[in-house]
Amino acid sequence: MVQLNKEESLKIYKEMLLIRRFEEKAGQLYGMGLIAGFCHLYIGQEAISTGMKYNMNKDDKVITTYRDHGHMISLESDPKKIMAELLGRKDGCSKGKGGSMHLFDLEKHFYGGHGIVGASVPIGAGLAFADQYKNNDNVTLCYFGDGAAHQGQVYESFNMAKLWNLPVLFIIENNRYAMGTSLKRASSIDALYKRGEGFNIPGVQINGMNVLEVITKGKEAIDYVRSGKGPILVEMDTYRYRGHSMSDPATYRSKDEVNDKKKNQDPILSFKAYILDNKIATEEEIKIIDKEIKSQIEEIVKFAKESPEPDESEIFDNIYQ
Amino acid sequence: MTVKKLTVRKALCEAMSEEMRNDDKIFVMGEEVAEYNGAYKVTQGMLDEFGAKRVIDTPITEHGFAGLAVGAAFSGLKPIVEFMTFNFAMQAIDQIINSAAKTHYMSGGQVKCPIVFRGPNGAAARVGAQHSQCYAAWYGAIPGLKVISPYNSSDCKGLLKAAIRDPNPVIFLENEITYGMEFEEDYDDDHIIEIGKADIKKSGSDITIIAFSLMVGYALEAAEELQQQGISAEVIDLRTIRPLDKETITESVKKTNRCLIAEEGFPFASIGSEISAMLVEEAFDYLDAPIGRLASIDCPLPYAENLEKLALPKKKDIIKKAQEICVGI
Repeated sequence: MVQLNKEESLKIYKEMLLIRRFEEKAGQLYGMGLIAGFCHLYIGQEAISTGMKYNMNKDDKVITTYRDHGHMISLESDPKKIMAELLGRKDGCSKGKGGSMHLFDLEKHFYGGHGIVGASVPIGAGLAFADQYKNNDNVTLCYFGDGAAHQGQVYESFNMAKLWNLPVLFIIENNRYAMGTSLKRASSIDALYKRGEGFNIPGVQINGMNVLEVITKGKEAIDYVRSGKGPILVEMDTYRYRGHSMSDPATYRSKDEVNDKKKNQDPILSFKAYILDNKIATEEEIKIIDKEIKSQIEEIVKFAKESPEPDESEIFDNIYQ
Repeated sequence: MTVKKLTVRKALCEAMSEEMRNDDKIFVMGEEVAEYNGAYKVTQGMLDEFGAKRVIDTPITEHGFAGLAVGAAFSGLKPIVEFMTFNFAMQAIDQIINSAAKTHYMSGGQVKCPIVFRGPNGAAARVGAQHSQCYAAWYGAIPGLKVISPYNSSDCKGLLKAAIRDPNPVIFLENEITYGMEFEEDYDDDHIIEIGKADIKKSGSDITIIAFSLMVGYALEAAEELQQQGISAEVIDLRTIRPLDKETITESVKKTNRCLIAEEGFPFASIGSEISAMLVEEAFDYLDAPIGRLASIDCPLPYAENLEKLALPKKKDIIKKAQEICVGI
């Protein structure tokens, strides 16, 4: 397992906590009616985007589905612009035209934010195709959920990606429920990382609740792809604490199940315990970070609330170039 | 300016090849485009010239390779995606509409998608219902797409070159029956036709006949016969479906005061329906007769020779309908 120094450990802790607090705040703002439509929170899954980012090169690309807030934050996009986007404001990363599900930041090589389950997978393969075409050593991290893992176009992408040995990591964030349908009720097999076997794509399973494991095994996966060996399939075992979206009360699973995950596997609490147990930092130092994040969230919300709605005159902008 | 004889097939091939010589970000992918030299030989010789990196055979996986090409376009390449027919692109239509057409807008202008989806559209001959649909109205309905459907070789070449250079996603609807047609026409050295401009293929004063793709040929033949009967028909080739050249259409109808729209697509919510509604809004006071519409009959295209003949408009149908509209002239 990777050994992180104090600075790195606290950075990882801080990044995960920022996502957690950001998402909790987004949930509140949704409840207050400031965020509307569909809003899918990343709470519980923070270790994945944070841990994978740790090993990425500057020009590596990321694409994901509509559960995208955490991924953008991990790529160090400005969270103020993300929150402004959730509120449908002019200063949002997509100028208020995309919303929660359609975040983009091309400067950070984040290609969205896609609302059609499975559709981001061939696009991700295409991003990797472009890097291969340009003959550079970038890789693409193409995230999707356990629900998307059943879509036909995912397998069309697997086939082409291996056929042409594209530099892409297909990363399944298996949070056990595709909206209200548990994996058991939707999949003929439990181990989704084996879904690439028929295409000769190797698979690896990672505990997505443990950021150190994500960093360690994620590095091996990224290195494999960057070395030119073609695609790899990564299954991240994870769990979302909230419903599929804000409109989902999640009655299809027991409170005990959720509480057990929160208590025993929480990626942030467990990493905090690791930091304290190994005397990497003190309780006081952690508290300082908690306070910093709290005030950062206040600034984020203030910025988003103060940002005006987009000008009505902009409605027809950006349809065509 | 040079005059040359060119088939539509060759014109399309020249358009792609010329653009690919000038810009190495352009590549073409699709089923049978490389080693087989194109299912309809539109990409003939391109593998030899450009190599397997830029002329790419795909598995039969329309949804997947359309999405992959969209991703490549997001990342700065300029893909030309050939569908063996647009009927198969229905497998890929989510990627074309939800990904290619909408992402520029949804990202507040950040993501760009310079891509061309091209291939034969509409009916061929005796290939049955699943291989014979016209998608002009479907794609024409989508903001974010440009939709082109030319007829003759010069327009095919000039508009395909313009489509490849256009920074937006473009649907380029060809016609299998026209591939082998040869036209003798003028060509510029860098032959570009502007997207969004209809072309008056024949001037006239009594009725405006509007068509696109294969139907332009029938309309021109019909106009010739009508001339002999004393009806002077103006024939407009739309060339571009979206953005529609409303100005050329309305100016013509204001002059002729009568209009007939002919197409191969289904009649409900068709290109003819759209133009008809537009003319009622824009040129109602100029109309001396109800607008006429000709389309496929409202029926999956039958296979039997006699039934197929009943399904699609031909020259005689255009003549008959024009005569009805022009009664009294």
